[in-house]
Amino acid sequence: MAQGQFILREKEYLEIQTVLKKLLANSYSKVVFLVDKNGALIASAGATEDFDTTSLASLTAGNIAATGGLASLIGEKEFSILFHEGERDNMHISVVANRLILVVIFDRRSSVGLVRLRVRRVAVDLERILRDIDAGAQREEEGDIEELTEDDIESLFK
Amino acid sequence: MSFINYSSREINCKIVYYGPGLCGKTTNLQYIYRRMNPESRGKMISLATETERTLFFDFLPLSLGEVRGFKTRFHLYTVPGQVFYDASRRLILRGVDGVVFSADSQLTRMDSNVESLENLQVNLREQGDDGNKIPLVMQYNKRDLPKVASVAELHALLNYRNVPEFEAVATTGVGVFETLKAVIKLVLIDLKKGGR
Repeated sequence: MAQGQFILREKEYLEIQTVLKKLLANSYSKVVFLVDKNGALIASAGATEDFDTTSLASLTAGNIAATGGLASLIGEKEFSILFHEGERDNMHISVVANRLILVVIFDRRSSVGLVRLRVRRVAVDLERILRDIDAGAQREEEGDIEELTEDDIESLFK
Repeated sequence: MSFINYSSREINCKIVYYGPGLCGKTTNLQYIYRRMNPESRGKMISLATETERTLFFDFLPLSLGEVRGFKTRFHLYTVPGQVFYDASRRLILRGVDGVVFSADSQLTRMDSNVESLENLQVNLREQGDDGNKIPLVMQYNKRDLPKVASVAELHALLNYRNVPEFEAVATTGVGVFETLKAVIKLVLIDLKKGGR
């Protein structure tokens, strides 16, 4: 979807965090984060203070976009899982529900097989939450954003 | 597509600097990076070739404070300007909320400006965006060089939507923040309307 907004409310945000924490514990990983395909960080769990999550989110989205471009060049729809192996830490990157990117960073305490298994399981939960978000987007939203004034916007630059 | 988190009270928007090769897109971001308060900006990432030409994108995250209790975060991206990187440009444009078109004012670069603007229209249309509605700001860069087109000429050639336009010298910062401020305003007004 190119237009519009992705709106996340408290209920679904907390549900996503619960799912990420479960994945973090069950996969024995260091950090887990969820990013949208445009590179915005949605939620994270684990030792996030050790990482620049904003940059990670942006580069992950770029990575998925670039490999998606490669996939279409060879007639594939998408490469839905990427795995990067480092000397110390590894990254498992997967596309969830065609819209979000789930990133797991883990070291030798875990394994790619275990991470892949756990990711597959939580992907189902995340897809369900996404459906709730979409359903919520249909409801009338009483928001503060619609009430933004020129003065509010101008105040950002003072 | 902007991302609004009502739980953490955050608004995230994506702004893309577009334009022909060597027009100064990366220079805009570098100047913003140098001049912003370090607390308001994150790390700048440049995926460039060994000769400093943008290969995939530059990325600079900014946090500009709060409106209506929402923290505002803007992710600035540049595209690679060289013609043959079109596949990369399309990827970076995905989910864009606002565009700065940076034109090279030199007379010899007019064809490249027009070609890049047309390419922007095509790529926006391909991803389902309306090139006539997306928040857009024009920047006429390199005003300090000899043999540049007049603003009136550039306006007639490029600014068919009559959007806000700014003269700039990105190397010294002239017009850089004026351009940024204008596109952020347009993006927030668009957000208020509920997107396109």
